[in-house]
Amino acid sequence: MKVLVAVKRVIDYNVKVRVKPDNSDVDLTNVKMAMNPFCEIAVEEAVRLKEKGVATEVVVVSIGPKVAQEQIRTALALGADRGILIETEEKLESLTVAKLLKAVVEKEQPQLVLMGKQTIDSDNNQTGQMLGALTNMAQGTFASEVAVDGDKVNVTREIDGGLRTVALKLPAIVTTDLRLNEPRYASLPNIMKAKRKPLDVTTPADLGVAMTSTLSLVKVTPPAERQAGIKVGSVEELVEKLKNEAKVL
Amino acid sequence: MSKLINQKDLEFLLYQVFQAEQLTELPHYSEHDRTTFDGILNTSSRIAEDYFAPHNAKADEHEPQFDGEKVSTIPEVKEAWQHFADSGLLCARHRYEDGGMQLPSLLHMAANAYFMSANPSTAGYPFLTSAAANVIHAFGSDEQKATFVPHMFSGRFAGTMALTEPDVGSSLGDLTTRALPADDGSYRIKGQKMYISGGDQDITENIVHLVLARIQGAPQGVKGISLFIVPKFHTRADGSLGPRNDVQLAGLLHKMGYRGTTSTVLSFGEKDDCHGYLIGEAGKGLMYMFKMMNEARIGVGLGAAMIGYRGYLESLDYARNRPQGRSPAEKDPLSKPLNIVEHTDVKRMLLAQKSYVEGSLALCLLAARLVDEQEAGENADSGILLDLLTPVVKSFPSFYGPRANDLAIQVLGGAGYTREYPVEQCYRDNRLNPIHEGTHGIQSLDLLGRKLWQHNGKGQQLLMARVQATLKSAQGKEQLSELTASYQKHLNTLLQTTMALGKALQSGQVSAALGNSALYLDMMGKMVIGWLWLEMADKAIDTFGASAAEDDQQFLAGKLQAARYFIRWELPEIEHQAKLLAGFDDTCTTMNPDWF
Repeated sequence: MKVLVAVKRVIDYNVKVRVKPDNSDVDLTNVKMAMNPFCEIAVEEAVRLKEKGVATEVVVVSIGPKVAQEQIRTALALGADRGILIETEEKLESLTVAKLLKAVVEKEQPQLVLMGKQTIDSDNNQTGQMLGALTNMAQGTFASEVAVDGDKVNVTREIDGGLRTVALKLPAIVTTDLRLNEPRYASLPNIMKAKRKPLDVTTPADLGVAMTSTLSLVKVTPPAERQAGIKVGSVEELVEKLKNEAKVL
Repeated sequence: MSKLINQKDLEFLLYQVFQAEQLTELPHYSEHDRTTFDGILNTSSRIAEDYFAPHNAKADEHEPQFDGEKVSTIPEVKEAWQHFADSGLLCARHRYEDGGMQLPSLLHMAANAYFMSANPSTAGYPFLTSAAANVIHAFGSDEQKATFVPHMFSGRFAGTMALTEPDVGSSLGDLTTRALPADDGSYRIKGQKMYISGGDQDITENIVHLVLARIQGAPQGVKGISLFIVPKFHTRADGSLGPRNDVQLAGLLHKMGYRGTTSTVLSFGEKDDCHGYLIGEAGKGLMYMFKMMNEARIGVGLGAAMIGYRGYLESLDYARNRPQGRSPAEKDPLSKPLNIVEHTDVKRMLLAQKSYVEGSLALCLLAARLVDEQEAGENADSGILLDLLTPVVKSFPSFYGPRANDLAIQVLGGAGYTREYPVEQCYRDNRLNPIHEGTHGIQSLDLLGRKLWQHNGKGQQLLMARVQATLKSAQGKEQLSELTASYQKHLNTLLQTTMALGKALQSGQVSAALGNSALYLDMMGKMVIGWLWLEMADKAIDTFGASAAEDDQQFLAGKLQAARYFIRWELPEIEHQAKLLAGFDDTCTTMNPDWF
């Protein structure tokens, strides 16, 4: 069984995010980048499936600038077999990503597509669902457990108030939640081996996908800084302030 | 931010100051690139944070126990060991054919930094094992290599270095452990060794001791010393284990710090049946061991730097979050207290720590960079410079690391003196470093009595050439003009002092010249660290001067301020030291033991 895993290069979760002075976007100059943590979980799950003998090949795909190869290499060092970079400098939105992934799915014909439920930069939580709609594949989102069983995959989903297990007919799409697994670190020999694993580079044009944008980014602002509090002298003063300043009473 | 190290500082040192990416142009490292380097650092920091740091305090509180038969350590130590071994870090520097990943020393040093900060006593086991395996790999026979090295690299066996004896410490030439030739070509070892770190434990299947001993009939002194492999269990050629060898644990020693690493008294040959295997040629034991020792000395410097670094980060974090007191000008008792990081005297203590520990880390990375240049044959002079600097690399961090930890305790005040906070453990752990692998005093004699004058003083010339290059670059920058001028002045003092001492040595006044060697070592340490601060300041301006990002500007300002602190506050101390040295002050030499 072939497993396709989508990974995204995002700002490292340890980095304090800065906004550009003109509020046009997040400032990424000289900022440390890393693989989206939810994508790491997807890679780990795919590698575990391979170690269990369920998956025969793990293919990692990423979309982004040339440097996104670094994140593919990271996935290869964790145990994926080969990589595909869809190289583009354009800004990506979920629907375009889903269309590009659909093209890869058609070419690669995986039985299972694993991806993070969302990325920590745009926090949309929709690409997996869009890919499901475009490919007509079954989808199991927010997975905390994945068990392949013959031509089905049982996905335990984290939902409000508990867990729901769905059985999906393969091929299927699974998006990962935080509790699915704990990703491993890459051993040193595997970091070196990753350099020799195949990594193909293609472009949106090669895949016949137009990079049309339907969204425009209006403004990015940092969260307001918390103002210092004050001490009030009496209950009366508190009530007065709640009424007249905070206007909550 | 990681509590183990300032990631931005480490990356700045690696990629800007020491140009790690240049190493990938050397054939031996050509398969590496920034991605593999970052991958290794990432793996190291994760293992250090997830498997080493969490039990640092627990291993200190629950020292290894010996019930008369077996030693037991807390289970977390073995788990950490396993992750370290599985990651491939034990043999990272070796060739691909030998299961390594041909990692440059510079990156290896950076990777080790995380472990030394996270948990120096658990890190002791793998570090000793790598070092012992390296000696067998370099000097052992093919059979010895095949029998032991792969199992040490894989983490099945651990390694130790057994030099010290109950009556022989710094003066190894006097050691008494004997080796009697046996009919099968091996030797029977008899004697006692003491303070052997990792000498027994329950972490690995087998322990490979590297033992210094004197073959029967060999001359007295260092020329009669040979090096032997003595396994805890007899080991067959395929690595499988036979019965116990005649090495017994006589007891564990109970230390001030570094408590997670067992410190042992070992008894070899109580039943006259301790099998040992000669490494290389007889009589060359100390020379072989010194290969390991030079590496180990740089490793001690790194450990001291990183325990200091950890204390710095802990005390900085505390100071930023602990509200206490008001500024001297504030008269309103109801005004909001300041976080103590705002108080000038606390800033002084943090600046001193920053200048010691970041300077020390830079020094250790410089040593590693020199190892790389030497090994790659890129620059034969690098080996000569490394030789000169090794006593400084061992000693400056070992002396100033505990001082940094002392200041960290002071920043935390009463809290720092309790075991609820980690800084007192840092201090206790770090206090070992000026003692082992050649004491502070031994290092000072090595520097002043030997290293300065080797190769006709070429090491000094090479160091001066590097210092001058930094001064030249820094002089062109307005922010650094005051510092370079001041540095130049103190540098001249050092050069004159060195000359005076050199003359005295040449004219045979050995005792007078060497009497105050510890002062000289400190002087040299301050000059080297002062130079590295100028170098860091210079490179920080080049790297971040034009950046608009706030954290870049803060990083740059921090480097400049610490350079100012070190050169204005600490460096001038050498003027007084120079007076004592060049005047051959005899206060200590003429002290009569009976007057105490």
